[in-house]
Amino acid sequence: MKLAAALLLPIAAYAGNPENGRAIVTGNGEATCLLCHRVPGTRGPQGDIGPSLAGVGARLGAAELKARIADASRNNPDTVMPPYGRTQGLYQVAARYRGKPLLSDEQIDDVVAFLLTLR
Amino acid sequence: MKALALLALLLFAATALAQRSGLDYASAEIRRLQASDAENPGMLWVDEGAKIFAAECASCHASMKGVAARYPRVAQGKIVTLEAMVRHRTPFPYESESLLSLTAYIAYQSRGRPIGGRLSEQDVAKGRAEYLRRRGQMNLACTHCHDANAGKKLGAETISEGQPNGYPTYRLRWQTLGSLERRLRACFSGVHAEMPAYGDPLLLELEAYLAWRGRGLLIEAPAVRP
Repeated sequence: MKLAAALLLPIAAYAGNPENGRAIVTGNGEATCLLCHRVPGTRGPQGDIGPSLAGVGARLGAAELKARIADASRNNPDTVMPPYGRTQGLYQVAARYRGKPLLSDEQIDDVVAFLLTLR
Repeated sequence: MKALALLALLLFAATALAQRSGLDYASAEIRRLQASDAENPGMLWVDEGAKIFAAECASCHASMKGVAARYPRVAQGKIVTLEAMVRHRTPFPYESESLLSLTAYIAYQSRGRPIGGRLSEQDVAKGRAEYLRRRGQMNLACTHCHDANAGKKLGAETISEGQPNGYPTYRLRWQTLGSLERRLRACFSGVHAEMPAYGDPLLLELEAYLAWRGRGLLIEAPAVRP
């Protein structure tokens, strides 16, 4: 079934679940994407510290999106974007967050799947 | 010559840009609240502080005019904030109503005076290093928001330069008056970093650096902020 869907819908071929991804991006969990980014099709206050995510799925591929979410500093050492998938090389992390990434690998996949729908 | 004058003007503008009080980023409603002592909620603490001062301090200290502008300062190699100075002479714990009232009362008597005058660049070198150091699960330093992105929107909020000239400050979000240390701790919490205790040298160093960085800004205490 998954394979059939993948063949029919190339955009959805990515492992993540775009609906879960949308919930992570627009929700009030650990990933507060809207604090810094404008996201088309969402409501409420949206920041302008990062670029708008309109059309981001057309600009960047899945692998690039995933790498940037997991650790944007690999792309830009001066980035203000938190490293959502990194736990190493951080300084004075509060005990309750130590050793844990902001988002799990699966959650990042979901976010990537959602971002790929923004074209 | 013209080019030189333009360069000088640009340099001046660049310096001036790094010197905007949080009031400049606040809404008209908040400015109105701060501008009127009758409406500024922080004045309740100033009034309470006046009573404590009259009862506990006035037998030795005639006036506190200008005193707050001389803090933070360095004494015997240690940074001393206004709170630390008051705590040295009273039993009031950090962030207690009594301490906030007294510091608000003292700071209010330095309204309109410039901050940071008692600090040298050397005094604040440690604080600056901490200000620039990424920390916490979010891996952010103070500078990432308060220099690089001041004026931009973080959700519905406008990021300010993080200037310290309004403290203690009445924040609508807190619905009460709070110290600069409380405000700094909120940022530590925001980036998911280890939380320094009140009076921790890390907070003191940061407070001193902020005062030096904002030197020349005028004391607004008790300020009103979102």
